[in-house]
Amino acid sequence: MNALHFCVESAGFWAPSLPGWAVARAAFRGEGAPADPPATRPAPAILAPAERRRAPDSVALALEVAAAAVRDSGRDAATLPSIFISAHGDLAVNDYMCSTLADQPTMISPTRFHNSVHNAAAGYWTIATVCRVASTALSAFDASFAAGLLEAATQCVADERAVLLVAYDVQAVGAIATVTRSEGLLAAALVLAPAPSTGSPRATSLHASLISGPTAAAPLRSSAARALAGNAMADALPFFEALACATGQPLDLPLTRTLTLRLTP
Amino acid sequence: MSVDDISEGTRQPAAPRRIAPLRITAYTTTTAAGIGKATLLAALRAGVSALRANDFGAAPLQTWIGRVAGVESTALPRSLAGWDCPNNRLAWMGLLADDFIAAAHAARERHGPARVALVLGTSTSSIGATEDAYRSLDAEGRFPANNRNPLVHTPHSLANFVHEALALEGPCVTVSTACSSSAKVFAAAERMLRLGLVDAAIVGGVDTLCGSVLFGFNALQLVSPAPCRPFDAERDGISIGEAAGFALLERVSDAGEGPVLLGYGESSDAHHMSTPHPQGLGAEIALDDALARAALDASEIDHINLHGTASAKNDEVEAALVARRFPARTHASSTKGFTGHTLGAAGIVEAAASLLAIEHGFMPGTVNTRTLDAGCGPQIRTVSASAEVRLALSNSFGFGGNNCVLVFGAGAHR
Repeated sequence: MNALHFCVESAGFWAPSLPGWAVARAAFRGEGAPADPPATRPAPAILAPAERRRAPDSVALALEVAAAAVRDSGRDAATLPSIFISAHGDLAVNDYMCSTLADQPTMISPTRFHNSVHNAAAGYWTIATVCRVASTALSAFDASFAAGLLEAATQCVADERAVLLVAYDVQAVGAIATVTRSEGLLAAALVLAPAPSTGSPRATSLHASLISGPTAAAPLRSSAARALAGNAMADALPFFEALACATGQPLDLPLTRTLTLRLTP
Repeated sequence: MSVDDISEGTRQPAAPRRIAPLRITAYTTTTAAGIGKATLLAALRAGVSALRANDFGAAPLQTWIGRVAGVESTALPRSLAGWDCPNNRLAWMGLLADDFIAAAHAARERHGPARVALVLGTSTSSIGATEDAYRSLDAEGRFPANNRNPLVHTPHSLANFVHEALALEGPCVTVSTACSSSAKVFAAAERMLRLGLVDAAIVGGVDTLCGSVLFGFNALQLVSPAPCRPFDAERDGISIGEAAGFALLERVSDAGEGPVLLGYGESSDAHHMSTPHPQGLGAEIALDDALARAALDASEIDHINLHGTASAKNDEVEAALVARRFPARTHASSTKGFTGHTLGAAGIVEAAASLLAIEHGFMPGTVNTRTLDAGCGPQIRTVSASAEVRLALSNSFGFGGNNCVLVFGAGAHR
């Protein structure tokens, strides 16, 4: 196959210890420290104040990084097809749904039910930005970021247009936390454009290709990234470290047990 | 600034370009009507609803459901036993139906296991197993010992299970955009094939009945107490169903005869999380993009499998869209009264129904519906018809305002 050639125009990032791409980038480069005390939860200005408070953590996280990445790309959000990816969706909403179904099934909240769909964040984003182009919501367990990046690069190259990738997972709570491991909040976003990019002069050019055979997750370089490794979206961390450090080195991300997504400059 | 910048900066980007058709070399569906596509065709021909009074769970709501017989008694092969849950059992039933698994194995041999993508849609995946665990937590509040596989309690359970069951080694992803999930899988697969990332793709979807959807849609007051009546003037809500379905997509140059995927359109309503845009703006964008990729005009479409859920709002908006865009001769109908609304599986079930219409020259009616809503144009039919079907559309619209329209054709040449 031919490699998919695209550019990363801009990034968004949010974790309580690294609340924003500038902070995260500096920490990943060893040039800055994590936030102390850590932030609690993002409050995306793109949502109306009431929605900002009521939105599930997953939605607040996803919209925060999406808005930041789009702002830094200089593009109009309404023109960008979006790819949302989360390993587990909103685990707190799932815990609420399953607990309520076990105890009082007829008491399910209609709002919590529609917030339980995996594409809830995509729905809130397209509503908030009046974006009527395609949006999707994906999952691929512990290879979710890699699968989302592959889909985003595929859409970008196949349709020759800029796209928005948004990856996020939240903390597991309640009984499901005894089975599903995910700690804290972690979200990251990218605006990808066909290469050569007509947008930001700082865009990072990448080639993505599929390599048959397994790979191990790349080791994390920074303590700031290692501190986030318990989140279910941790497979995004090697990519954002590499982006921050502009290593110029190839990066292999596991897609499945037998397939690798290789990114080369 | 270049010309490209100007076109990208506007809110109405240029229409998508025509795509090369993809051959559907095998397809199958398992619904309340039975195992395999012939059972669905037989139900559609007979005009008999497969819905039954709700008997799911300990305290069933008063509603009707499309339940697949045999899910509880199906056992996974021993090598796959760790994946056991109702949704993966239904997936396994669906893979065996119509010997789809043999077609999948043949594609794996033909192209190599790393050159076959797997893209599956689901709304709730294995959440039924998670609900079960919450009903039987142990003294420490943990999941019961026989229901603790973390690979099951997550949306990717379905695709991960099928990936292993088919011994595939290509890309594997779950699409979960509510009721458009297993329609959008065709779009994702087409892009991967077009770019040469893979040489074949297995697409599909599975959703099983679970408390989340029955009580959730009930909370939204969208569930009918009676069998659903799409587009009826007195429709009063949906009937929820479960289903599995799969299709194998290959390049026309690699595969002989049979129906093809001609186009798809994906869009967002940007309106509301659980109510469609009142003028069907998002649905119409998806329709326009699907027709553009197929290089077709709406006047050429013979048959539409409507989303037609029997919710008040969906059917009102969809009927108006069909009335303003299609000629009177287009035969449009909803199969939800036969199968129930199978949510994340609805896209693949109705893709299969559209392919059956093309292959058998038979367009179903809209079962259970007695008096069409005054908003319906002459396109929407309660009675079936037999005629050549060259071009068929399938509509899928989901929560979050997520829309997908698929275009299928009788062949690659026209």
